[in-house]
Amino acid sequence: MQVDEPVRLPRLSRAAVCGGTHGNELSGVYLVREMLKPENRKEDGGPASLLMLLSNPRAVQQCTRYVDTDLNRCFTHATLNGPASEGAPYEIFRARELNNLLGPKGSRAAVDLICDLHNTTANMGLCFIAYSDCDWVCLHIFRHLQKQMPDTPMRFIHFDVSTKESYSLDSIGKHGFAMEIGPQPHGCIKSNIYTAMREGVQHMRDWVSCFNSGESNVSMAQLPRHNQMTDYPCFLSQDRDFCLLRPGEPLFQTFSGETVKYQGAEALYAFFINECAYYKKGIALSLARKRRVSVPSIRVQTDEEERASEQSFASEEEE
Amino acid sequence: MSNGSSSNNNNNNTARFDAARRVAIFGGTHGNEMSGVTLVNLWMQNSAEIQRKGLEIKPFITNPKAVEKCVRYVDTDLNRAFTQENLSATGGDELPYEVQRAQEINRMFGPKGSAEAYDVIFDLHNTTSNMGCTLILESSKDAFNLQMMNYIKKAFAPASCLVLLNEHPLLKYSTSRSVAKHPVGMEVGPQPQGVLRSNIFEAMRVILKHALDFISLFNEGMEFPPCTVEVFRVLERMDYPRDANGNIIAMVHPNLQDCDWEPLNPGDPMFQTFDGKTIHYQGSSTVYPTFINEAAYYEKQQAFVTTRRETLAASAIRKA
Repeated sequence: MQVDEPVRLPRLSRAAVCGGTHGNELSGVYLVREMLKPENRKEDGGPASLLMLLSNPRAVQQCTRYVDTDLNRCFTHATLNGPASEGAPYEIFRARELNNLLGPKGSRAAVDLICDLHNTTANMGLCFIAYSDCDWVCLHIFRHLQKQMPDTPMRFIHFDVSTKESYSLDSIGKHGFAMEIGPQPHGCIKSNIYTAMREGVQHMRDWVSCFNSGESNVSMAQLPRHNQMTDYPCFLSQDRDFCLLRPGEPLFQTFSGETVKYQGAEALYAFFINECAYYKKGIALSLARKRRVSVPSIRVQTDEEERASEQSFASEEEE
Repeated sequence: MSNGSSSNNNNNNTARFDAARRVAIFGGTHGNEMSGVTLVNLWMQNSAEIQRKGLEIKPFITNPKAVEKCVRYVDTDLNRAFTQENLSATGGDELPYEVQRAQEINRMFGPKGSAEAYDVIFDLHNTTSNMGCTLILESSKDAFNLQMMNYIKKAFAPASCLVLLNEHPLLKYSTSRSVAKHPVGMEVGPQPQGVLRSNIFEAMRVILKHALDFISLFNEGMEFPPCTVEVFRVLERMDYPRDANGNIIAMVHPNLQDCDWEPLNPGDPMFQTFDGKTIHYQGSSTVYPTFINEAAYYEKQQAFVTTRRETLAASAIRKA
């Protein structure tokens, strides 16, 4: 699609960086802690307020993925707005707290941008995971990181889940994505992985400042799109995330040494290969198609444009 | 530890040991170290692969509750629980789960230090550290174990299998395998906790096969001539730099990460703070670090251990 004029989007006034959504994914935990230190809090050039928080402090304290239930599956509308109960799992209670703080999800009061920090045991490099393939803000941020960090393998994964069914923390914000970096064992902090995350977050902040100050951005982004889940009880081809898996190629090896082949009809890209936390979810790996997406240039709305769009929003609400 | 089954025989200085008739293979001492859990479960269903003539081999899951939850331990680390104090503690169900387990295991495979104890216990472990295949030795004077490790190393070559000796009076700990007359630790990495990697699994399977072959040959009467074994002897534990509140303030330096068994010289980079500054190794001589960045050791205040290289001599051995 040829676009001559940049798409005008509202200023990203409030952003949040969340670590420890899974308490044993340590890069985000340590990065948020570092960023919260008084000597590290700095002005980006505004106006943008940046919230930094540990999403699941109890799980962080225990260095475990979650205490009662996976926090990063608790952000569906149904769960957030369901009946309150005394005996609710800790993470449901916490999800509602986070929704009050950063949301409410789907409302005008929600933060403009959420970046949720994760690690994986899979050999995925740096990945953005998002529900939309047309959220230009997220795609521009991704493209900016690709240009600033050319030596870091980087992919954009589109999970084709509707906003109604979206379940993760980043779905609370008007724009949001998870930044997933691996391979790193859970409970471990590897300096190269931490450094990549720290740089990624810094570049994201720089981009947000730039955008808010009125600069225009043009980019093209390539992104694989999540397709289906496969479920097997035994081994798999290891460390080859984002390599093409063709029909008939080796997928698993049984304990007695036989090879199990990929039986799908279509060659697809495997990722999240052998992620520890997914054993319980019955997922050995995920499969994706690769697509190319055209991203228009974007520019922050002027004050006038923002007022005009707020007025029309308000009158829609009245109606 | 007592070794009631050997006697020094002045017959060409060959050490005599009774045949090793009772052997156990422990998996799941840490419930999230998956190679051992998987191997032991496989062999409990079908033991054909591990059977050897004249040898009773018992595969055994030592910490089933931890395995079920896929955690290292439930109340306390089983692999530190086999102290004399724990083994003789009273309190039954009131005791921490792993202390109860230790007492049960000591009844089944010990008692520790007695003539009735199992001859050999292999305890299967994984580590997030890049240690490759490592055999862990608890005594530099156990000629039987030294000869076994020499045999395994040669059989596994050209692939590498190294020997870690932990005889340090303060850093040595009371392992589940210590119940046996000849305890052998098998540690293979790198593998994240809770994950099964096929290459790691296969490596562990192969070194165990060589170990059982050795015992078989020994029991059939083969004499193993004197040999030397290169080992890495544990020197000290290095913790992460921490602030006044005990929080970690630096990570293993990228130059040290994954460099288990490689020399660390005075002045070499050792840690990197979160804002990118390097902390250098301040020791007076070159050491060989291992267990670098083992996830389970953060709570034990250990970023890595230092070792020094030594060559141990083992006398010839033969069945008594």
